[in-house]
Amino acid sequence: MSTELTPALTLSREDIVRLSERIEGAQTGAHAIPKLTDEYPAMTVADGYAVQAELRRRRLARGNRLIGWKVGLTSKAKMLQMGVDVPSIGFLTSDMARPENSAISTGDMVHPRVECEVAFVTRAPLAGPGCTREQVLAATDYVLPAVEVIDSRFSGFKFDLSSVIADNGSAARFVGGGRARLPQDIDLRTLGVVLEKNGEIVAAGASAAVLGHPAEAVAMLVNILAEQGETLPAGSFVMSGGITEAIPVKAGDCVIARFQELGDVSMRFVA
Amino acid sequence: MDAHKIQAYGDELYQALVERRTVPPLLEREPDITLDDAYRIQLRMVQRRLDAGETIVGKKIGVTSKPVQDFLGVYQPDFGQLTSGMEYREGEPIDLGRLIQPKAEAELAFVLKHDLKGPGITAMDVIHATDYVAPCFEIVDSRITDWKIRIQDTVADNASCGVFVLGEARGDPRRLDITMAGMVLEKNGELFSTGVGAAVQGSPANAVAWLANTLGRLGIPFCAGEIILSGSQSALVPVTGGDELVCTVGGLGSCRVKFSGRSAV
Repeated sequence: MSTELTPALTLSREDIVRLSERIEGAQTGAHAIPKLTDEYPAMTVADGYAVQAELRRRRLARGNRLIGWKVGLTSKAKMLQMGVDVPSIGFLTSDMARPENSAISTGDMVHPRVECEVAFVTRAPLAGPGCTREQVLAATDYVLPAVEVIDSRFSGFKFDLSSVIADNGSAARFVGGGRARLPQDIDLRTLGVVLEKNGEIVAAGASAAVLGHPAEAVAMLVNILAEQGETLPAGSFVMSGGITEAIPVKAGDCVIARFQELGDVSMRFVA
Repeated sequence: MDAHKIQAYGDELYQALVERRTVPPLLEREPDITLDDAYRIQLRMVQRRLDAGETIVGKKIGVTSKPVQDFLGVYQPDFGQLTSGMEYREGEPIDLGRLIQPKAEAELAFVLKHDLKGPGITAMDVIHATDYVAPCFEIVDSRITDWKIRIQDTVADNASCGVFVLGEARGDPRRLDITMAGMVLEKNGELFSTGVGAAVQGSPANAVAWLANTLGRLGIPFCAGEIILSGSQSALVPVTGGDELVCTVGGLGSCRVKFSGRSAV
C-alpha cells in the first residue's frame, strides 16, 4: 500500500521549529490559530510530520513519557473529506492521560470533542513496512475501550491534512478503561458502540467503521511510523480511530461510552 | 375520516401494490388525516392481501431511530403487518421485479414462542416470550410517489413494507447482548454502514415492548410464532439487480441476500 509521504520536506529547520512553537503555544494557551497552510500553502504531509516530531521532542524533553499513538481519519467519510487514502497518526504522552470516571477540565482546551475507539496494548514490538492486521493481533497484549478527547488548535475545527498532522492529529486527552479483553476472545470487527452525553445517545456504530477492522488501523500506523524510521515498541497504547463521529462537549457534560464485550468508559467535564 | 374513504384509500394502495405503481401522497389529498385514520387504511390494505390468500406472519416496527424520527417529525415508532407473500428464505434471490422503489435495511428479528398481550408489556416480558433472534434484511418499498411520505402516508401504506429475509443464524436473547451488539452492513463486499442495537429505542427489546402495548390497545393479536422486525440499525441501502448485501450482528451471525431483476422505478 502506498502512503505517498514523499513530496518531501519543503520547510526549513527554522520554519519547523517556529511552527511547532506556535502549535505548542496554542495547545498550552488553549487558543485557536489559523491553519498553517494559510502561511505555508506548499506545506506537505512530510512537513506536517516534521512539525509533529519537533512537538513530540519538546514534550518529551519536559519530562513527559511517550505512552503510544493514535490513528485518525480512519473512516471512509473522513478520508473522502480530506482526500486521502491513508490515515494520519499522532503521539500520546503521559500528560494527556486522564483516569476513568474523572473530571476533565475544558478550560485548558479550545473546542473539545469526544469519540469512541477500540484501544490496543502491545506485548511485542511491531515494525513496518508491510505490517499486517494479523501481525498486530499476534502482538496484542489486550484490547480495551477508550474515549479520545480531540481538540483542534485551528479556528472552527477547519484544517487540511498537513496542518492537522502538524497539530498532532488534534490529540488532546484520552481515557482508557472498561474491561480488558484478549483479541482472540472477541470479534473485533462487529463490536457495537454507543456514545451517551448526559444520558442521551448522541452517536452509535460498530467497530468495522474503522477501516473495516480496528487492527487494520494499527497496522497502517506501524507502516506510517516505518516511513519516519520508527517502530512501535512492546507496551505501547494505541487508539485505533473514532468509531463514532466526534461530539462536542462543554463543562457540565457527563459522557459515557458503552462497548459490546468491553464495558463502559465514563468521564465528566468541568470548567 | 368516514369508513367509505378509509376503504377507498386502502383499496387504492392495494391496487398500487399489485400493479407495482405509485400514488400521490395521501396527506396532500387529505390534509386532516389522523394517525388513527392511517392505521385503519393500513388494516384495509392488509385485509385485501389476506382476502387474496395470504396469512399474517408477523409485524414490522418502523421509525425507531432518531434520524428518521427527526426527518418525519414523529417521536414514536410505527408498525406494519408482515404477510406470507413477503417472506424470503436466506439464499433465495430477491426478485426486484416484484417491487417499486425498494431500499434495504439491516435489522434484528425476533420470533415469539409465547403470545404478548399488551398493554403493560415490558422489555423483560419480550425476552421471556422470545424463541430466538436472527439477523435480517427488510426490503422496504413505498407505494407513494418518490417516497414523499409523512407519517400518515407510510402508516397507511403498511409502514412501507416490501419483503424480508431472516438469516439462518439464530441466537437466544438470554445469551446475547442484543442492546450492545454491533451491526455491520456490507454491499458488494465493501463496508456500507455500521450501527448498534441501542440505536433502536435504546434496545430492540424496547421497540418490541412498544409494539406489544400498541397492538394491545388496538386489539390486534400478537401471537406465538410471529416474526417481528424490530427496526433498522443501518442506513437505507439502494439496491439493484446483481447487488449482494451481508449484515452481521456482533455475537450472533450474518444474513446474506442477493438481488435479481429490476424494480419498477
